[in-house]
Amino acid sequence: MRVRHGWRVARALLVSQYALMLEYRAEIVLWALSGVLPLIMLGVWSGSGAGAGAGLSPQQISRYFLSAFLVRQFTVVWLIHVFEEDALQGRLSPFLLQPLAPLWRYLAAHFSEQASRVPIVAVMLLALGLVAPGLLWLPSARSLLLGLVAIQAAFLLRFLLQVVVTTLCFWSERAAALDRLLLIPYLFLSGLVAPLETFPPAVRRLAMATPFPWMVDFPARLLAGEEVNATLGFAAIAAWCLLLLPIGRWLWLAGLRRYSAMGA
Amino acid sequence: MTIIQARNLSKSYRISEKQPGLAGSLRHLLRRVHRDVVAVDQISFSIEPGEFVGFLGPNGAGKTTTLKMLTGLIHPSGGELQVAGHQPWRRQARFLRQITLVMGNRQQLIWDLPALDSLQVNAAVYGLEPVAAARRIRELAEMLELGPELQRPVRKLSLGQRMKAELLAALLHSPSVLFLDEPTLGLDVNARVRVRDFLADYNRQTGATVLLTSHDMGDITALCPRVLLIHEGQLFHDGSLALLTQRLAPCRQVRLELADLHPSEAFAGFGQIEEHHGHLLRLLVPRDQLTERVAALLERFSVLDLEVGDPPIEDLIGVLFRSRDAAARGDSP
Repeated sequence: MRVRHGWRVARALLVSQYALMLEYRAEIVLWALSGVLPLIMLGVWSGSGAGAGAGLSPQQISRYFLSAFLVRQFTVVWLIHVFEEDALQGRLSPFLLQPLAPLWRYLAAHFSEQASRVPIVAVMLLALGLVAPGLLWLPSARSLLLGLVAIQAAFLLRFLLQVVVTTLCFWSERAAALDRLLLIPYLFLSGLVAPLETFPPAVRRLAMATPFPWMVDFPARLLAGEEVNATLGFAAIAAWCLLLLPIGRWLWLAGLRRYSAMGA
Repeated sequence: MTIIQARNLSKSYRISEKQPGLAGSLRHLLRRVHRDVVAVDQISFSIEPGEFVGFLGPNGAGKTTTLKMLTGLIHPSGGELQVAGHQPWRRQARFLRQITLVMGNRQQLIWDLPALDSLQVNAAVYGLEPVAAARRIRELAEMLELGPELQRPVRKLSLGQRMKAELLAALLHSPSVLFLDEPTLGLDVNARVRVRDFLADYNRQTGATVLLTSHDMGDITALCPRVLLIHEGQLFHDGSLALLTQRLAPCRQVRLELADLHPSEAFAGFGQIEEHHGHLLRLLVPRDQLTERVAALLERFSVLDLEVGDPPIEDLIGVLFRSRDAAARGDSP
């Protein structure tokens, strides 16, 4: 009964949020276009030949950054920005009066936004294939399947990390600034600007101890068909999620108490 | 069985104060000054199932804070509160399924989609079967005189249509307790009357309990046999509207249409001038002196039309609170 109810709620949320995303299609095209950093980095790395110094062939470099581009497109999380606005404008209150935690709505909105990106990203890849046909390749079924699962796992990890930061909106009216601070380690430690393999060993070890490499480097390398310890990667994501989940839940409940105390 | 029970319900906030200017900003940065504000001060009342109760008070009186405590959006600072057998602030699913809150200045419908999309989400969230949800939407849409509007994006609806769609969304799960905060805010006269009629029908047909705040006394007089009057967080009156009028109005209102123009000073001594525009005059006259004052007015001035009645309740409340505030400041009457 609960599963059926949960499925109906999920379906209704996804359908309505997908319809909403289609209304914002022009905006989503712009968001998708703004996520081309890995493609820029591909140009930079291909031109400089720096990959060779790190033992990476031009093909490995191009496949890595193209995969990173796909990972980036489908792991975008903007929870904090909408939540901050909803909390400040009082739009959170009607959600709090329904027997459904508001975070489920935001999660559904993210999944719907991902779905609405699919045709846009396909067109971008097609255009890239026309400009530079040698860049595209057909990944193996294993790489594709593991890569797609890893992308969703990476998305969940990013979402949970942002839930933790988002709950700070209950204490600060401008918690989104903290998210901007997190953007710096995310950019440099996730593998968006350079594959982790090219990092000095000490920095790589440090990076691997953070959640960031599992958000881009791990799924990108899986998708690119590189030798990756998939079990370790998924276990690391699961461990981070298991750590962030109770923290996020605790902060959310404490934040709600504060929100209730201060005046919703 | 009482459905809403509040005992010594209180809510206070801690706010930081900042003086204007650079010095004020620096002081605010280095050493914040906080002040406790009492929004609701130990109010007690109970409401029986099926009652339609008006909640009155000037801006900042504590009405919305009280409504938010009753719905569980905010946590009381003190006192006891039970709504439909639950402590609202716990926001348990079983409690949330029994209540609804409509705020005239807030919306739950998705702005860029047709209202039907939001209604389908609500139906799923509240566990309504698709057939039952469709029937419920049809019934409520009929009562609210909504049709094709539900298929238009909410942003394209008029204010009245949007409020009716909001009401539909809020009532889809058949709540037994309705909290309505200014549901007719900004609506034109016709839309206001339709919303009022709908609320009266809904209360009659379903036996739902309704607590309504409104600045439009028309809403209150049309719908609420009982009113709670709150001022500066304290409950001033709990009873019928007629009793409130009697309590507040030791005066009656005299409306005159005069044949000639006169300065306002000419009416000094006849009563308190509430309105004087050209030939129209509205005075408040003590009940026990009504006959002699009216007779004197008719004798002194050439009167084309005369009407005696009770003053509008909002005027009475305004006079009451102004006089209380003046008394609190120590002004002479």
